[in-house]
Amino acid sequence: MFSVARQSVLRRARTQLRSAQPTTLPQYSALARLLSTLAVLEQREGKLNVSSLAAITAGTKLGGSITAFVAGSGAKAVADEAAKVKGVDKIIYVENGAYDKGLPENFAPLLVENIKKGGFTHVFAGHSAFGKNIMPRVAALLDSQQISDITEIESEDTFVRPIYAGNAILTVQSSDSIKVITVRGTAFPSPETDGGSAALEEGVDPKVESPTEWVSEDLAKSDRPDLGSADKVVSGGRGLKSKEEFDRLMPPLADALGAAIGASRAAVDSGFADNSLQVGQTGKNVAPQLYLCAGISGAIQHLAGMKDSKVIAAINKDPDAPIFQVADVGLVGDLFDKVPELTEKLKAQ
Amino acid sequence: MSKLRILVPIKRVIDYATKPHVNRTQTAVMTANVKHSMNPFDELSIEEAVRLRERNTTPVEEIVAFSAGPPKAQDILRTAMAIGADRSIHVVVEEKDALEPLGVAKLLQKVVDEQKSNLVILGKQSIDDDAGQTGQMLAGLLNWAQATQASKVSIEGESVTVTREVDGGVETLKTKLPMVITTDLRLNEPRYASLPNIMKAKKKKLEKKTLADYGLAENLKLKTIKVTEPPTRKGGVKVEDVDGMISKLKELGAL
Repeated sequence: MFSVARQSVLRRARTQLRSAQPTTLPQYSALARLLSTLAVLEQREGKLNVSSLAAITAGTKLGGSITAFVAGSGAKAVADEAAKVKGVDKIIYVENGAYDKGLPENFAPLLVENIKKGGFTHVFAGHSAFGKNIMPRVAALLDSQQISDITEIESEDTFVRPIYAGNAILTVQSSDSIKVITVRGTAFPSPETDGGSAALEEGVDPKVESPTEWVSEDLAKSDRPDLGSADKVVSGGRGLKSKEEFDRLMPPLADALGAAIGASRAAVDSGFADNSLQVGQTGKNVAPQLYLCAGISGAIQHLAGMKDSKVIAAINKDPDAPIFQVADVGLVGDLFDKVPELTEKLKAQ
Repeated sequence: MSKLRILVPIKRVIDYATKPHVNRTQTAVMTANVKHSMNPFDELSIEEAVRLRERNTTPVEEIVAFSAGPPKAQDILRTAMAIGADRSIHVVVEEKDALEPLGVAKLLQKVVDEQKSNLVILGKQSIDDDAGQTGQMLAGLLNWAQATQASKVSIEGESVTVTREVDGGVETLKTKLPMVITTDLRLNEPRYASLPNIMKAKKKKLEKKTLADYGLAENLKLKTIKVTEPPTRKGGVKVEDVDGMISKLKELGAL
């Protein structure tokens, strides 16, 4: 496994030997601490959220020891499952139903306690709704300036992330002793989920009371692949004109391809599709093998969420739509004719 | 029963419709002579504060808009006051010294204390840095409840119910004041400031401060190594018909 940190640590160690200066203790302890990652995993009703394993992938890219963390009722069972993930050395679990819903008011202090106790130098979590909600709170409690949504690790203190809706790529170097980082799932594909044999350890539980109470949730149910990790995504925009047309045209196309369904902000705002399907700067980031979109013009906020797709195909009646500047395959035409025709022809194959 | 004292932090950013360009020395995105506006999520924050006043389920004593930014940030504070903020505080920070989210959160912690705010409404992220951290950091520093990515907020007395946008749907939380809320796009539809209100906003109080007034100094923890343009995608092909699309997708290995 390619490990940037290990290289730079070796380099640093060699320089120290070469300099023949008496090596001081703090430097040694800094080296020893350098490669210690905590990967925060998510669980839902006692099941491991596989997309949160991106935090482990980030840890393996960095090098050094990787400890995973999971909390909630049934955390032990989730830890057993996660112990098989390749690359993990140890799993800290905290079995307590108070952490089931990932409320930041008690989850953040829980993480802080375990981070301090474990002496970790890097804390990775997925840039998911969970990670976005909790990690900045953790960072503030540790007086660390979080680095959000990284796409690359250059060394143990230098990271790459998109800014301005992906229109610029920023490389930053952190001077924090504990680096709190959220990772973009599509940039850190999940590790192998068997072959590993991590040790399990019970974590500390500060049992902070949360002033916030979880009331209910309403999750869109679907048998389709998960939007964030699907191989293929079909996505519809304003051009679909109504929810009826969206529901008439997009699901059959998705079924024909075995794809997840996404939508532009315009389609979501107009009520054609559920909020959770929004692809873009403020919605989901996707990077499938195929992103096939219809009736989407290609505003920069939308492109931010899908331009890392391997192949982009677009159907739009406006030949000058910006989407055609990024599409590998473009078809100028009326989506109300082209989408059903495409669906039929794909099914016939 | 206590009244709401709302603090709304806002940020001046490059207008959302403008395509940013990286400067030649690869140190930053060019901001000179580029159209700037209020961060879109912050418009939602102001709008929500004003709606809380209009709904009056818990009386609103005051709405204070706040920005830490260059002298020109006062323009967006005027806009916020035209939409309905009562007054504003501007901590003047030059663009080259822009604060990191943690620095802003520490500053806001002091402002909350000074203004005796019991509700802080922020945008879920600024569209320039895309960090999405300030609200959560502030809630952590204050040890207050937080509700991020809010798409619905209702306040009855001290009790607050917030619906949040999460992966795969929404969830509803119940908590108590004081708290920090960050706004998501679906929370509301911000109003336009009317001309009379823009004129009135000119008379509202805008207090200028510095970081030193709050006993803070800049203390950047992240160093920008470089800023680059993203890799550009190669121009694709246009096909004539659906068959052409299918065969091209096969050729590219996408089917």
